[in-house]
Parts: sequence; structure tokens; C-alpha cells
Amino acid sequence: MSKTRFFDEMNGYGDEPRALYAKVAEWLARTPPDILATRRAQAELMFRRVGITFAVYGGNDDTERLIPFDIIPRIVGHREWSKLEDGLIQRVTALNMFLSDIYGAREILKAGILPPDIIYKNPYFRPEMSGRRVPHDVWVHIAGIDLVRTGEGEFFVLEDNARTPSGVSYMLENREVMMRLMPDLFSSYRIAPVDNYADALLAALRSVTPASARGEPTVALLTPGQYNSAYYEHSFLADRLGIELVEGNDLFVKDEIVYMKTTEGPKRVDVLYRRVDDEWLDPLAFRPDSALGVPGLMNAYQAGNITITNAVGTGVSDDKAIYSYMPEIVRFYTGKEAKLSNVQTWRCREPDAYKYVREHLDELVVKEVNGSGGYGMLVGPHASRADIDEFAKKLDYDPANYIAQPTLALSTCPAFIDDAVVPRHVDLRPFILTGSEGSRVVPGGLTRVAMREGSLVVNSSQGGGTKDTWVIEDTNLVAKNLEGKSLETKGA
Amino acid sequence: MLARTAENLFWLARYVERADFTARIIDVTSRLAALPQSYRGAGGEWESALAAVGALNAFNASFSEATESNVVHFLAFDETNPSSIHNCLEQARTNARTIRTALTAEMWQAINSGWLELKSFEERRRTGEYSGIESILPFLEFVKSVSLDFDGAAYRTMLRNDAYWFNRVGLYVERADNTARLMDVKYNVLLPKSEAVGGSLDYFQWTSILRAVSAQTAYHWVYRESVKPWLIADLLILRKEMPRSLIYCYDNLARFLDHLGKAYGMQATSQRHTRMVLRRLENASMEEIFQEGLHEFVTRFIDDNNRLGGIIAEQYLLV
Repeated sequence: MSKTRFFDEMNGYGDEPRALYAKVAEWLARTPPDILATRRAQAELMFRRVGITFAVYGGNDDTERLIPFDIIPRIVGHREWSKLEDGLIQRVTALNMFLSDIYGAREILKAGILPPDIIYKNPYFRPEMSGRRVPHDVWVHIAGIDLVRTGEGEFFVLEDNARTPSGVSYMLENREVMMRLMPDLFSSYRIAPVDNYADALLAALRSVTPASARGEPTVALLTPGQYNSAYYEHSFLADRLGIELVEGNDLFVKDEIVYMKTTEGPKRVDVLYRRVDDEWLDPLAFRPDSALGVPGLMNAYQAGNITITNAVGTGVSDDKAIYSYMPEIVRFYTGKEAKLSNVQTWRCREPDAYKYVREHLDELVVKEVNGSGGYGMLVGPHASRADIDEFAKKLDYDPANYIAQPTLALSTCPAFIDDAVVPRHVDLRPFILTGSEGSRVVPGGLTRVAMREGSLVVNSSQGGGTKDTWVIEDTNLVAKNLEGKSLETKGA
Repeated sequence: MLARTAENLFWLARYVERADFTARIIDVTSRLAALPQSYRGAGGEWESALAAVGALNAFNASFSEATESNVVHFLAFDETNPSSIHNCLEQARTNARTIRTALTAEMWQAINSGWLELKSFEERRRTGEYSGIESILPFLEFVKSVSLDFDGAAYRTMLRNDAYWFNRVGLYVERADNTARLMDVKYNVLLPKSEAVGGSLDYFQWTSILRAVSAQTAYHWVYRESVKPWLIADLLILRKEMPRSLIYCYDNLARFLDHLGKAYGMQATSQRHTRMVLRRLENASMEEIFQEGLHEFVTRFIDDNNRLGGIIAEQYLLV
């Protein structure tokens, strides 16, 4: 166990709860562990019943696993939140401008801000998109930006997710469960609601309908199918949005228009919210072996007859090598300093940085530039000598494929593990929606928890759990009371 | 609606209905098989149970003898039997999972909880906690409760649009098939002449048919007399107030297919075929049916009903 003193979401650096957490602390003090255990069991039952499961690759015994849910909420104060909100919107605005530029005039390369090969050699750069514009210049309609906190008011961006970020169903379902399990604690705070997320998402999707569409836009969600790890989320979102959940086989392209096969014959699709990665979207344009995609989809897209969200080619912006340039990117496009800080990052492509990283492997977190889900990374302080030596070989073979960051003193939040309340490290993924009217952030997000003591890896694929995230409203809105008459009863 | 969604809704309803029917058949058969030998007639109760659910050939391919434990295992839990209760609930859940968005939360919960409970029943059987025929009865009750939950959830929570209609069409195609099969297996005891031959032996057979379709009380409400085999046939074929009768199923099929036809602005083969079958039932009398031969009548009905399934697939599901 590390000796570092971590900032705790509930207790700060001291042993007294922060004002924000006073009621939670009080609730924890008066609730015996067996009641907490019962609540946790009830929550698990609720998740099982709705079938909110997550398939973990590589575990073949139990393909439908629940992500562990922790019943102690994570709370963000109003002032903290509004600063984050500004920073997130600024960052997403810059990401969209960056993508328009990279697939357009490439001013940022001309200005020498980025080395060109970081774009052109990037596996997520799509030459097919060069010279293309997308409706309202929105590329990243749904972004998930991972934040970590290291102290009072100190948040850092850990990672941008601009392809097909997932996790929002947990934000919504966690809230549902918390409201049902602990209504008293819940109502003792003024918590900003998250359930308008679906409406906001649908509005954003409809706002980017292609110009050639006629009448009411038809939006559909493209899923790889029920064996995909995030299938639950796909069906959940399609349901909340009231749109069709389609698989590749449900769609076909004729004369550069995309149709879905319905009981009333073919029906045109105008906006496709895809949860399928670029390379699987169209076997004629990308991987020819893809059975998940739709032949001809890219033709229809390039002809401007369908909007794909997020746009094809956004992966070039959320890559970890690009990440290290985000402060420059934000400055270049918005003319202002980034409101949200990056974590200090060494790009191993640069000889000095590589040398430093090589000498400090036992202190750093080293990640693959294009990796995700916590796979293929080295957490120096927690790795054995053998692990480090093994990793060093990979690093030496292709330094440009790696970046390194200091091990952050990630904040902890109380969690109920086994039968005790103990601190566990957390991060936060808020979701930012962008349509023709600009960007907005739903007040909340997905708080991920490293369930093992001392662990800093919060990814669900690595056994991380989740918590409900409460953003506290500042205004004293008083709900108007119902003025209805009492209910009638028989014989009264 | 997506053609694939419609197909899944249709089959989801069929699988749940089939699981329910199979549970009912096991239930009444185990009662009949428990009677003293002298009441049981020629025996072969378990073979006729297999025939009623269309599983006789598949069973004979894996088992040499139709003992109670073999048949119960085969009908309820065997994964090699495509229509076992296990497979019906598993298929229903897979279908439901693929079309979560077309189901209401209540429908999904009914089917998902049913599936989870099935797993736990099977686990308890594996560990030997449950065995023998006594343990099967709570299981059968559970299966029936799944179909009640699911069907009730559909009825109470679904929007009345094409999703609901495809679900209902699947339900009634399956139910019509089940009722017809039940009669076909037992047609010999339902013939008018059998009353003279039978006596108490046949009485158990008749009441077991009524029991299989939850109609013992209904019978008395409708006829107000003692159990007569031709009246049971009448109840199961021609009585519109009986929710498992062939005519009731077709009345509903005609109604729901009409809704689909109107909503989509087109009446086609499935609507015409359904009306043809319904008209034949409406114009039939039991005398004529017995004259034609109950077995022949029911066989023809089963063929016509299968044809309807094919026509619906062609018209709506295979775009």
C-alpha cells in the first residue's frame, strides 16, 4: 500500500467530511454494514433483472457479467461542476475544429504545431474523409472525456473518447437504482437530473440530418449485435431514444441511399448513430471481412445522403499521441488557454522523453498510443521487475507507439467493499453532446471505481466498478406542489 | 418496423406459448400416469404426451423407452430437443435480447427473470437438490407463471401498434397449433361412440384434456352438464368464448392481421387465408366435423395453420 496521502472525495485531506459530503457521512455513520450489504444485494438484483450486463473479452465462463456497482455516491459540487462544464465544452469545440481542419485545410500542420506523421501515420486517420465536410461541421456528436482529480479543485483530463464512447447507460441506470434504493438520502440533496440525456441526444442527432433528407428525419442506432460487450447499452439507448436498433443486415444501400428493411418495405435512414468502429462499417471501403457493416455505406455517406455519428475518422483526435498536444490544439483553435489541464505526458517518439521514460519505468504509467480499455499498459509502481523488463522490450521495439505519464495521486471515494467502507480510487467520465446548436454536458457522468485496494485501474474490462455521480444544483428551486384533490374511494 | 424485429416478436410469443403448453402437457400426463393401471387404458400416456408436442420422433432417436423420467427430462430440460421448455425459454430470451427496444421493460423483465430462474432450477437439479416427479411440479408451475407474466406484461404495457400485433399473431398461431395437436392425440377418446365404450376410464382422459387447457370449470359454465366427449371437442373447436379454442384463435388472428393490413395499407395472402379458415370454423357444426372425421378435420387444420405461419413470413418477415 502506497504511503502517499490521497485526496478523498468525502474527507479531503483531513478526517472531517467536506461540507458536500456531510449528509453522506452521517448516513454512513448511522447505517450498519448489514443494511449496506442488503442495499448492495438489492441493487445487484435490480441490475440483473433489467439485464444490464457487460461481456468481458477473454472470460469464457460467464459471458454476461455485471459491472460491480458501489452504493456510496460520488458528489460534485455546483461550482466545481460549472468549471468542468466550461472546460469540457471548450475541449469538445476544439476537437471538432481540429477534425474539420485535419480533413480540410490542415492549417495546424502548416503552422507547424503538430508533426505531420502523427496524423498521416495514425491508424485512425481516414484518407476517405479528406476534403469532406460534415453537417454543421460536427464530427464528435457524443464525447466522453475521462477526468481525474488530485486535489481540491484540481481536475485533469486523462483521456478523450471521440469514437464511440460507452458507459452512459450506467450513468442513467445507476441513478435509477439509487433513487429507488435510498430515496431519503437522495432527496436530502438537490441533485441535478440526468434523465433528459436521451432527449438531448436525440435532439443533437436530429439536428445534423443531411440536407438531402425529406420530412421527419429517421435516426437508427447501428449495433454489432447481441454478442458485443456493450450490447445492453445499445439496446438501452435505442429504447430511450425511440429509434430502431439495427444490425448491418437490417440495412442496405441502393443508389447511394441507405434503407432499413421493415415490415412495410424499405425505409430511408437519415442519421446513423453507429456503435460499430470505422473499420467494420463498410466491407467495400474498409475491412472486406466485416459482416457487421453495410456494403456501400461509405458511398452514401460521401454522397451526403446519410449522417454518421460520430463521424468517420474521429479516432485521429482521441489518440494518446494527439492527447499530449491538446493544450496546443485548444489554443490554436479557440485562441484561449485550455481550461482543463492535461496530465503531464512524455511522448516516447521524442528522444529526450524516451530516455527519461526508459530510466523511470518503475514510477510511470506507460500506455500504447492507440490502446484502450486498460489493455497493454504498464503501471510502473505496481509492476514486478520482470513485468517492467518485459514491457521495456516492447517499448524499445517501437518507442513512437507509447506515451508515459506520472502515476497520479488519483482521488479516492468511500466505497462499500465486502463489509466495510473503505477508500477506493475513482475517475469521472462526463458525456458531452454536440449538435447544430452547440454543445451541452448532462450534469453527471460515469464514476468508475478501482475496486481493489490501492489499484488505479478503473476500466470495467479490468474489474472496475461504477457509482452514481451526483451533481448538486445551486438554485433553490422549489417544486410546485400538486394541487389535486384527494383520490376518490369506494362508498365515500 | 424492422422485419427482423417483427420476426423476433412473432417467435418470442410462440416460444413462450410453447413452453407453457409443454408444461401443461407434462402436468396432465403425470396425473394420468399416476392413476391405477385399471383406469389407465392401454397405457402409452408418455408417448401421447410426446406426440402432442410433436417430439415423438426426436425422442425415439435418443431414447429407447418412454419412461416418465426420460420423457420429463426430454420435454423439460433436454438441450437436444429443440422444443424442450429449456430451449423454448432460452430461445425466447435470445429473441427478446435482440429486440429489447421493441419490448416494454415489463416484458423484458418477465422473460429475463424467467430465464434466470430456469438456470437456478437447473442448477438445483444438477446438484441433486431436486429430483423425481414431485420436484417437477413446482417447475411446471414456474413455467406457467412465466407465460402469465410475459403475456400479462405484453397485454398491459405494449402500445397497440404493429409490435403488439405481431406478438399476438405469434401467440395465436402457436396456441391454435397446440390445441389442435392436443385434440389430435386424443381424438379417439373424443368421438361420440367412445362414451358407451368408456365409462370411468375415459372420464379421466376427458378431464385431463380439460385440465390441460385450464377449462374444467369453464366447461361447466358453458354446458351445465356432465362431461361429454363431443362437447369437449365443441369447446375446443367451435366455442368463441373459450380462449384456447381454434375459432377463438382464428377470430383473433383475423383481427390482428386486419390491424396490420390497415396500418400498412394492404390486405394480402395472410389476411385472406385467415378469413378462409375462420369462415370454415364459423360455418362448421360438430355433427359435420364428426362426419368428416375428427382426425381428418384436425389434421387439415394443423396443415392450414402451418401454412399461415409460412405466408406471414413471406408477406412481412422476409423483406
